[in-house]
Amino acid sequence: MQTQFLGKSLKAPLVLASGVLGNNKAILERVWKNGCGLPTMKSIGPAPRDGHKNPTVIDLGDGMINAVGLPTPGYLNMEEEWQDLKDRDFPINASIYGGSVEEFVQVAEFVSAKGPDFIELNISCPNSDRHGMLFGVNPDSSHAVVSAVKKVVDVPLIAKLTPAAPNIGAIATACEDGGADAICAINTAGPGMIIDIESRMPVLDFKKGGLSGPMIKPIAVRCVYDIYQAVSIPIIGLGGITTGADAVEIIMAGASLVGMGSAVRYRGVTVFNQVNKELETWLKEHNTSIDAIRGAAHREGK
Amino acid sequence: MITDLRPVMIRLAEKQVHSESFATLFFDFSIDFKPGQFIMVWIPGVDEKPYTISHHTPDRFAITVEAKGLFSKKAVSLKKGDKVGIRGPFGNGFNIIAKPNIAVVAGGCGMAPLAPVIDALESPGKDNLIIIHGARSKEFLLYPDRFSTHRRICTDDGSKGHKGFVTDLLKQEILAREILTGEDPQTPCLDMVYACGPEIMMARVFDICEKHNIPCQVSLERYMRCGFGVCGACVCGDKVVCKDGPVFVSQTLRTMEDFNTTALLKSGKPVPLDQYASWRCQ
Repeated sequence: MQTQFLGKSLKAPLVLASGVLGNNKAILERVWKNGCGLPTMKSIGPAPRDGHKNPTVIDLGDGMINAVGLPTPGYLNMEEEWQDLKDRDFPINASIYGGSVEEFVQVAEFVSAKGPDFIELNISCPNSDRHGMLFGVNPDSSHAVVSAVKKVVDVPLIAKLTPAAPNIGAIATACEDGGADAICAINTAGPGMIIDIESRMPVLDFKKGGLSGPMIKPIAVRCVYDIYQAVSIPIIGLGGITTGADAVEIIMAGASLVGMGSAVRYRGVTVFNQVNKELETWLKEHNTSIDAIRGAAHREGK
Repeated sequence: MITDLRPVMIRLAEKQVHSESFATLFFDFSIDFKPGQFIMVWIPGVDEKPYTISHHTPDRFAITVEAKGLFSKKAVSLKKGDKVGIRGPFGNGFNIIAKPNIAVVAGGCGMAPLAPVIDALESPGKDNLIIIHGARSKEFLLYPDRFSTHRRICTDDGSKGHKGFVTDLLKQEILAREILTGEDPQTPCLDMVYACGPEIMMARVFDICEKHNIPCQVSLERYMRCGFGVCGACVCGDKVVCKDGPVFVSQTLRTMEDFNTTALLKSGKPVPLDQYASWRCQ
């Protein structure tokens, strides 16, 4: 299912969510070979960071809670990875984060020169008190990050949004005005918390963590629906997508591409091939196409 | 019930102290299990780490811990009745084959995941089972009285058995067998080698096996977070050790570029194995 996205040709409309696998070229390539049109690297930050202590990721059965905490070697310490990625025959989306507009700009400028196909701005991670979501809950700070980064990159820019924003449509509009070429939604929801009642302690060492997987799908669908109403740039829709039917649903909300992350837990790395097949079958059975059903749930149009 | 979802707090039923640095912690709970699989062990307020199951019966299991870092020192100091959180089991485990000529090669605490393999192999009674067990010195040889099969021992300092490496003993065994059977690549002198220990040891064992056309299975270790193949912290080449492994067979090892070369630190930075090992032991 060849798909055009921001001037690039992708072999499938499926994206690997940032923070899932994505730790080296070999595994990014494996995900791509298993049917993913666009693998996303783990978020790259301004300085070396270990992330949080374990427990960091717990499967709750119908979704997961995680506070991995943005581990990164730091953008200046990834030369080997960039060298490896230079000779690649698959596209990559480089996710980046910072603790200030200046840090976002520093990292973005450096990463852009390394030649990823897209850069994704993580203004939505709930697992750090000074990064991520801090920017993405407010239209002004979202606009500030996007517009500053836009000036220093020469690859298409994607803004990844958090469902924690009170009005995600307004955030998307601010990003579009700032020069974002696409929106990616949603990052993990919440944050939430699970407490172990025997030890009387939160299970995650960071105490709270982002929710993902099937249990957040309705939130993701609503967010993509709201964003589609608000902007005219394309949307990567993700959050709990696990099956072809889920993909159809979020495309009908307005998504151009469909992302998956936690689905790897529930159906393995081959989930991309499986969902491609299911999506294709559904479209054939309904004698339709992705383009024809995109935004179909907006009955009155935009 | 213990599952691979959120941790279940269970009491430590018994602690066997093997030496200053080793203890085995027993829990009177049932858990699904295949030799070579591991569980995530959570000590609230401290950390959560992967440990292989070293003993298993229908209503009891255990982990064996070497006190090296912050978490493991805390773990060996736990007392009977203390509670820890357990989730699992995770990973693929060893494939126990039905053929007769098998060698188990253990280095140091690499004996922990292999002991249930030996238990499983000993139960139908295999005359040809070879156990090669090496350690730094006598005190580090785990479970001295556990198996009915005679063990060939080696130590780095010569305090027990052969002074030298497990690979010396494995080579000896293979050569002795090849004198009897002839060096026929179609019928290798061993049907399988199961190995666990320092990665460099496993790489040497693998090389020897390759040279003699013997299939092998080794159990790798990397820093882990989720345990179920999502977070990517434990990548080794294009494999995730927690889910695709921890046990890898010869065929996979041949193409695994990071085997015996590279591992990721907690930050995700890839470093040479020796640098990784010294960080892990902090």
